[in-house]
Amino acid sequence: MAAQEVLSGARLSKSFGPIEVVHAVDVDVRPGEVHALVGENGAGKSTLMKMLSGYLAPSSGELRMDGRPVAFRDSNEAEAAGIVLIHQELNLVPHLTVEENIFLGREPHRFGIVDQRATRRATRELLDALKTDVPATRQVRELSVSQAQMVEIAKAVSREVRVLCMDEPTDVLTGRETAVLFDLVRRLVADGVAILYVSHKLEEVKAIADRVTILRDGTKIGTYDVSELTPVEMARRMVGRDLADMYPVKRAPAEDASLALEIEDLSVPGLVTGASLSVRRGEVLGVAGLIGAGRTELFEGVLGLRPATGSVRKDGRLVDWRHPADAKRDKVAYLTEDRKGKGLLLNDPLRENVTLQALELFAKPFVDLRAEQAALENAVDEFDVRVADVGVAAKALSGGNQQKVVLAKMMLTDPDVVILDEPTRGIDVGTKRQIYFYVAELLARGVAVVLISSELPEVLGLSHRVVVMQRGVVTGTLAGDDLDEETIMAYATGLRNDSHVAEWETGGAHVGH
Amino acid sequence: MSATEVPTVRSWRDRLRGVPWQQLTPLLGLVLLIVVGSLIHPSFLTPTNIFNVLTRSAFIGIISVGATFVIISGGIDLSVGSMAAFLAGAMILFMNALQGGGIAPVGIVLLGVGLVLVSGLVAGAANGVAITRGRIEAFIVTLGTLGIFRSLVTYLANGGTISLNFELRNVYRPVFYGHFLGVPIPVWVFAAVALIGALVLHRTRFGRYVRAIGSNAEVARYAAIRVERVRTLTYVIQGLCVAIAVVLYVPRLGSASGSTGILWELEAIAAVIIGGTALKGGSGHVWGTVVGAVMLSLIGNVLNLTTAISEYLNGAVQGLIIIGAVFLQRGRQGR
Repeated sequence: MAAQEVLSGARLSKSFGPIEVVHAVDVDVRPGEVHALVGENGAGKSTLMKMLSGYLAPSSGELRMDGRPVAFRDSNEAEAAGIVLIHQELNLVPHLTVEENIFLGREPHRFGIVDQRATRRATRELLDALKTDVPATRQVRELSVSQAQMVEIAKAVSREVRVLCMDEPTDVLTGRETAVLFDLVRRLVADGVAILYVSHKLEEVKAIADRVTILRDGTKIGTYDVSELTPVEMARRMVGRDLADMYPVKRAPAEDASLALEIEDLSVPGLVTGASLSVRRGEVLGVAGLIGAGRTELFEGVLGLRPATGSVRKDGRLVDWRHPADAKRDKVAYLTEDRKGKGLLLNDPLRENVTLQALELFAKPFVDLRAEQAALENAVDEFDVRVADVGVAAKALSGGNQQKVVLAKMMLTDPDVVILDEPTRGIDVGTKRQIYFYVAELLARGVAVVLISSELPEVLGLSHRVVVMQRGVVTGTLAGDDLDEETIMAYATGLRNDSHVAEWETGGAHVGH
Repeated sequence: MSATEVPTVRSWRDRLRGVPWQQLTPLLGLVLLIVVGSLIHPSFLTPTNIFNVLTRSAFIGIISVGATFVIISGGIDLSVGSMAAFLAGAMILFMNALQGGGIAPVGIVLLGVGLVLVSGLVAGAANGVAITRGRIEAFIVTLGTLGIFRSLVTYLANGGTISLNFELRNVYRPVFYGHFLGVPIPVWVFAAVALIGALVLHRTRFGRYVRAIGSNAEVARYAAIRVERVRTLTYVIQGLCVAIAVVLYVPRLGSASGSTGILWELEAIAAVIIGGTALKGGSGHVWGTVVGAVMLSLIGNVLNLTTAISEYLNGAVQGLIIIGAVFLQRGRQGR
């Protein structure tokens, strides 16, 4: 048994200062298998992966390669041994071409001069073998995220990779790009490469992995053949309790619930064309579509974050929001999909983050630091933000806890229409569930909720109605029996389209593009 | 760290660790300079010398309080020195023109002060609007106005010097040379500007917004903060601070020329940076800037009192201290 493992770790532990984040975990990967590591945020899966790939030295425990003990001083040594980690944030030089990136630092050369022909030939052979159509002479910054990822994989393969570690590789990919990636993974596996795969997406783990190791709070719950477990059973082992009640019970909005937000014929130049939709008090309106369908842009247009035309009514009254501050006055709030870039001041304390959007409540005229502190403690309580010391900067929190802080910040403005853009992106199952139940609380208070999400189970689990967008156009509004994944995907991919917007208006979706 | 450590020792260490050393560095630098100064010359610590240093630091100090707002918000204003020269020139010409028109000299000076304050606000607003509405980098806009103001004052002075009417000068003189409760007037004004600046920056919504914008302007915009308005206001505050400095400066020499206020922008930026404000914005404090401004004029004073280093090397010593201050900031961030 041991002989067939290419890489294994025995009782691996890792501590940062006094905190142990991985505790005595045994794990092994075999050639020709995909071994998934799953767990909630903070369960230790990324740390474990970094120990296996030479980025972190274990505090205790032993690494073995081909049955022999090894110790990597750094990731370069691990790479020399054939273990390559592909980071979530890809590690390519944007202004170099694909081929230059692949051979960076070990360019084929003759007489001290880079042999471009040999480079090009080797690159083409590599890319052909991987069956990808990434253009070898293009600069990396011009590539899509999925293409850049292919380049990373090509680079790894060119170094005769034996163990390929992938950290949340599909987080930034669309469905089709994910399928391409999986094809590639299967080809690598067929060639005998061992793949270590960290992911939040249990459906994907089910689809691609052979074995799965489940971690919780730094300890290993178990390693299973994927065929033994359903995604729901994996999730249950991850959080240590039953998740049958992942979503709150859906209650229909009151019969006489008034329209809170009505959007008519809204266009954002180049991005959204003639979108119309409405949401009632106590209702969740899901907004589904593929990445790039214009969902975020539509609502940024509504809120005055981008220039837009069309009409918007709040509680029946025509409004003209030129700036988010106007929307805030009318009690409409937007939760950004870009938590780190647009949601939080990462270097500033939580207190200043929580009160930023409603600072007028605390400034009379001087900011009352004690009232702010009380508001923060309130938010930590209400939203169950898990942090040892509330005095830390926002960047010290895990993704799920950061999201709770952003939610708390938005809710301090006391909105009665909230637009949640990918509210559970990159956060763990337990926190997701908390956010879903918080949405139910909002509904009970008569708040209208717009839920923009790329996770269909979440859209279906929470929404009363769903609008689907494709290429900047609302192609359908679904309710009741139409609410299922196939129907949504049909509208999202353009197979079905109820839109009255003529094709020629959409910027030539089918015309010589 | 070890288990044998006595609890009291640890708490003492913890207390040391709790001290915000990062923020205190400028103050430690100041203390060091004072110690060096008092060792070098016995008259260094006399009230006369101290007030002399503080008075000399008032111009740059007041301007750098404004620069603190601009820099924390992520901007920069290179035009302050030329703006000061232009405002001084315009003020003197304005007052001279009113002289003999039946208004009492005190009234003329008051009108002159009013004109300078309003003009400072307008000049700052012009910088701010060009930067925010015109969407041009602050560096470019204020580099442009630096040239414009400098050229305007040279034009007003016809290449020479603009001098204040003698009678007005006598009336106006005490604003720079006078004392109140034994403390020079400019020191009072400097203290007042610094206090109000600190209050606005650290205790008001506006101040919090300035820091938030410098930290991440997109986050601020998504939090419904009117980013452009706040940014413009930081330049208005800068303009007002320059105007206040000019009100103190004109009675000192009673004249202005094309070489008035040269390199003040660099000294103001230096004071802000030495004071611990990050040049990329987001964090900083007014008291650090005050310490920075006082340090800059202390360096000159110490060099004056000693023969070890020529006072002509003042700029070199200042330059080294600026680079050193930024180096320390970097080091603390663990890069």
